[in-house]
Amino acid sequence: MGRRWTTWAGIGLTALLTLFLILPVLLSIMAGLCVNYARGLSSGLTLAWVGQVLDLYLDTILRSLAVAATTLVLTLLIGVPGAYALVRRGGPLARIVEEVVTLPVAIPGLALALGLIITYGGYGTFRQSTLFIAVGHVLFTLPFMLRAVMAVLETIDWRVLDEGAASLGAPAWRRFVDVILPNVREGILAGSLTVVTLSVGEFNLTWMMHTPTTKTLPVGLADAYASLRLEIASAYTLVFLVMIVPLLVGLQMVAGPQRERIGP
Amino acid sequence: MTQTANAAPGTGAAITARALTKSFHGTTVLHPTDLHVPAGEILVLLGPSGCGKTTLLRLIAGLERPDGPDMLRFDGEDVSGVPVERRNVGMVFQSYALFPNMTVGENVAYGLKVRGLPSAERRAEAGRLLALVGLEEHAGKRITAISGGQRQRCALARALAIKPRVLLLDEPLAALDAVLRERLRAEIGLLLREFGITAVYVTHDQAEAMAIGDRIAVMQAGRIAQIDRPEVIYHRPANDFVADFVGTMNRLAGPVRDGRLVLDGGDTRADLPTGGPDREAILCFRPEAVRLRDGPGEGAILARITATTFFGATQRLLAEVAGQVLRLDLPSGLTFRPGQLAAFSLEGPALLEFPRNG
Repeated sequence: MGRRWTTWAGIGLTALLTLFLILPVLLSIMAGLCVNYARGLSSGLTLAWVGQVLDLYLDTILRSLAVAATTLVLTLLIGVPGAYALVRRGGPLARIVEEVVTLPVAIPGLALALGLIITYGGYGTFRQSTLFIAVGHVLFTLPFMLRAVMAVLETIDWRVLDEGAASLGAPAWRRFVDVILPNVREGILAGSLTVVTLSVGEFNLTWMMHTPTTKTLPVGLADAYASLRLEIASAYTLVFLVMIVPLLVGLQMVAGPQRERIGP
Repeated sequence: MTQTANAAPGTGAAITARALTKSFHGTTVLHPTDLHVPAGEILVLLGPSGCGKTTLLRLIAGLERPDGPDMLRFDGEDVSGVPVERRNVGMVFQSYALFPNMTVGENVAYGLKVRGLPSAERRAEAGRLLALVGLEEHAGKRITAISGGQRQRCALARALAIKPRVLLLDEPLAALDAVLRERLRAEIGLLLREFGITAVYVTHDQAEAMAIGDRIAVMQAGRIAQIDRPEVIYHRPANDFVADFVGTMNRLAGPVRDGRLVLDGGDTRADLPTGGPDREAILCFRPEAVRLRDGPGEGAILARITATTFFGATQRLLAEVAGQVLRLDLPSGLTFRPGQLAAFSLEGPALLEFPRNG
């Protein structure tokens, strides 16, 4: 028996929608690789535009990576022990803290940036450093790390693992390192990929916070779109995609079907 | 489990609790409790859920803090304020609490690693303990790769590896199926005696308590209702709560006149000598305390059989006397038909009487 017509209609509709969403991406990539976008593919393919982007904007690419790495280190240092502390502590206070930490996600990035500038604008060195951008990114990405780790903590019986290790003589820090951390690895990995992906792509907050010496890749993209020919801007987009797509694929794989897991 | 002669000799500490009390948010879960567990004894805490047995165990472990100072001593040393990680107690949890990120061998060696033992020594010691619980071939496996019974043996080996002063077991067999539970409880009993370690074992299963305990403390509503050897708990329960919780108990309620409880249900009848003054009494006896006899008379119960259940060596009769239901265990060689009348006498000093609860 063949498939019902509704199945075919569903497949067709899904394909159309996918095409609608992916076409701009494909056209943009093509624009970055064409000798002349106005004449289309017939003008020939070239990597010259990508080369120009690397010449002009390599510093923004490297800075984005540096910001992402710094953000990741800070969210790991704050987020992983923080998640454990919140789950351990529990109760209304922990929920309030969680909500407060999540607030920056709901506040427009521009407003958040303005707050940071008003507060720390006076500290010139800090204000003009890449670290300032990273701090903004930490505010915005921390809740994602917290939630990813807390979600996994809630699926393992951390209390009994902790008590088991304690009965064997392990002090608190050792129980955290030896028994809790290895068993929330998946949450840490998922959280890390989310944080890096968000940080690399972040624009709102960064656009407001950046100085001419602290531009990141997305801010550079906006510059390129505004001031350079379309082919260079598109090639720049291509570079961005090459950086971000593997992260997204990794995220999908980590968040995919759960592997076998046991209770302790 | 393999029995070996080189198990550590009696290393246990005596546990003494004096007015040990615990409350959570103003609710007292353990009322002031005095307890002495001599070195090397296996004490079972038995009771329904919520009776305080787990709280008492966790207080001894150091996982909970008692309400006041100097309430708990190990060999005379006050440990009330000593946290679990410095108390040197072995814990076996119902959910095993094995570390999924470590192998079977690494789990057993973890306590020794924390104590700073060199890798070769702790591997040798872990191997010795795994052999003792019959898991030597599984040392390199992940926790997920071994069965529930093997996990609990691994947990036991891990707790014993640190040579604890006291071994504490919290419903260690509750997660296992019936057959495995029965086998493992015999093995655990043997192993604990071989180690000569002081052990406190929490369970709600009276058969497990009888099989494992040197003494049993039956707990009720945050208090120890009775603490004694299993035979005493069974044959001489201190109150009707203990009587009901440990085994099956029959009850006959009625007036005692001239030292006899007489129930007259027309064709059914009980006439039991009790002694004592005239009163309303509840007399209790175990199902296996009855023998079949020829006919009614003094000291007899004439009951109507309502149902029989075959148990193998014995059969359980449901019988009725003057409107009260009895459960009676008799050899399965005897034949009873539902509806018939049969006369029974009570063997020896089987009749118990408890004060009536208000």
